[in-house]
Amino acid sequence: MDALMQYVSGMFGPAWPLVWTLAKIVAIVAPLMLAVAYLTFWERKVIGWMQVRIGPNRVGPWGLIQPIADGVKLLLKEIIVPTKSNTWIFLMAPGLAIAPALAAWAVVPFNDTLVLANIDASLLYVMAIASVGVYGIILAGWASNSKYAFLGALRSAAQMVSYEVSMGFALITVLMVSNSLNFVDIVNAQKAGTFANMGLGFLSWNWIPLLPMFLVYLISGVAETNRAPFDLAEGESEIVAGFHAEYSGMAFALFFLAEYANMILIAALTAILFLGGWASPVGFLPDCTLWLFGKMAFVLFLFLWFRATFPRYRYDQLMRLGWKVFLPICIVWVVVIGVWMMSPLNIWK
Amino acid sequence: MEFKTTVFYCLAAVLVFASLRVITARNPVVAVLHLILAFFSAGGVWALLQAEFLAIGIILIYVGAVMVLLLFVVMMLDINVDRLREKFWGYLPLGAIVGAIMLAELWAVMKANYLTVLEADAPQVAATASNTKDLGRLIYTDYVYPFELASVVLLVAIIAAIAITYRGPKKTKVSKVPDQIRVKAKDRVRVLQMPAEKQD
Repeated sequence: MDALMQYVSGMFGPAWPLVWTLAKIVAIVAPLMLAVAYLTFWERKVIGWMQVRIGPNRVGPWGLIQPIADGVKLLLKEIIVPTKSNTWIFLMAPGLAIAPALAAWAVVPFNDTLVLANIDASLLYVMAIASVGVYGIILAGWASNSKYAFLGALRSAAQMVSYEVSMGFALITVLMVSNSLNFVDIVNAQKAGTFANMGLGFLSWNWIPLLPMFLVYLISGVAETNRAPFDLAEGESEIVAGFHAEYSGMAFALFFLAEYANMILIAALTAILFLGGWASPVGFLPDCTLWLFGKMAFVLFLFLWFRATFPRYRYDQLMRLGWKVFLPICIVWVVVIGVWMMSPLNIWK
Repeated sequence: MEFKTTVFYCLAAVLVFASLRVITARNPVVAVLHLILAFFSAGGVWALLQAEFLAIGIILIYVGAVMVLLLFVVMMLDINVDRLREKFWGYLPLGAIVGAIMLAELWAVMKANYLTVLEADAPQVAATASNTKDLGRLIYTDYVYPFELASVVLLVAIIAAIAITYRGPKKTKVSKVPDQIRVKAKDRVRVLQMPAEKQD
C-alpha cells in the first residue's frame, strides 16, 4: 500500500497534496450522493409501509433502481427560466443551496483519524457553513419572480434564522461539557464516564445528561432542513411548492440533493454530538465507524417517521415553538449545566 | 510566490471587487449579495492570519444572520435607483468632506503600524494552540470590564430599537395556546347519526 502511494505521489509531483485532497473529497461526496439517492428510496418505502402501501417496486428488483431512474429523468428534463426572472441569480441559487451542504462534510469525522480536515473549531465551522445554506432558498424565491416562490423564501428565511438560535444554544451546552469545539474531542469526551467504565457506554453519551438539549437539537434540525412537519417553505397545500415552484430538471434536483444532504449532515451531527459518534454502546464490542452509520440511520429514520406521522405546523405555531418554547428552555439549560459543572456533582471531569 | 500569498492576493482581489460592486451595482439585491461576498472574503483573509475564531465568527454572524435579515428587508423594498442617483452630485461635496475627515482620522491612528506592517513578523503560534480558548480566556479575565461594558451598550441599543419602533399596543386577536392544546375532538366536530335515505 505504501509503495503504491509513493508511486502515485511521484507521478503527480508537487501537485500531489492537491490531488490527494481532491481524491478524499470525492471519497466523501460520491458515497454521500449515493446515500442521498437511496435515502429518497428508503423514505418512499418507509412512508409507504406506514401508510399501508407498498411504495416504489417496479424499477429493478424490489424497486431498487428507482432513485437512479429518478435521477436520469431529472437530468434529461429541460431547465425552464421564467420570464422577467433574474436569470443569473435564478441559476446561481441551487448551487448556493448545495455548496454549504457539501462543504460542511469537510470536518465531519468518521472515526478518530478518518476526517478530511481535523480543525480545532470544527463545531463552529459547521454552524457557520450551515447558516450560509439559507441564501440558496432566499435567492431562489426572489429570483423566480413568482409570488408563491417569494412567500416560500420569506417563510424559510424566518424559520431558519429562528431555529438557528436554539440550535446554537444546544451546541453551546455540548461544548461546555466536552470542553472542546473539536468533533473528535467531543466524541472522546463521551467515551469516558461512570457508566462507560461499567461497560454501558450508551448511558455516558451526551443524550442523557443533556436530554432537553438533545430533543431541542433534533427538532430544530428538522426545522433547519425544512422537513415535515416544518416544511412551511414548501407547503404544497398553501403555496404550491414554495421557493422551488419555478424550478425544473436538474436545478430542482440540486435543491432536492441539498435538502437530503443536509438531513444526513444533521443526522451525523446528532450522532456525533449526542449519541457518542463511533463509540460502541456496550463495552464488549469495539468502537467502529459502522456504529456512527447505524446511529445516523436511526436519526434519519426519525426524520422519515416524523414526516409520515405529523401534520404540518401552522406558521404562528412554528414561531412560537422556536422563540417562546425552545429559546427559554435553552437559556435555562445552559445555566443549569454551568451550575452543575461548578458543583461537586460534576460528572464531566 | 508562496501558496499562502497567492491565496491572500486572490481573496484580497475578490474582496476589493465585491466592495466596489456594493456601491456601484444598480440592483440593491445584487449590491447586498456582493456585500455578503465581501464579508466571506474578509473571513478568508482572517483565516489566513490564523484568526480562525474571527473568521468563522464573521461568517456565522454577518453572513449567516445579519445579512439574511438585510437581504430580507432589501428584497421587500421597492427602491428606485435612478431617483436616488438624481441628487448624487448635490450630495457629493458633503460626502467627500465627511469621507476625507474619516480617512484622515484613520490615517492618524493607523499610520504608525500601517507603514511597518510589511516588515513586521507575524507572531508564530503553535499549530495546536486553540484560538477560541485563548480568546475566551482573555475576554473573561483581562478584558472582562470592557466586555461587560460592550454588552451593556448592546442591551441599551436593543431597548432603544424597541422603544423607537414600538407604536403602542395593537388591537390584534391573540390565540390562547393552552386552550388550543387542551381542545378535544368532540368540542369541534359533531358526528351526526342519521338514517340513510332511499333514492328513487
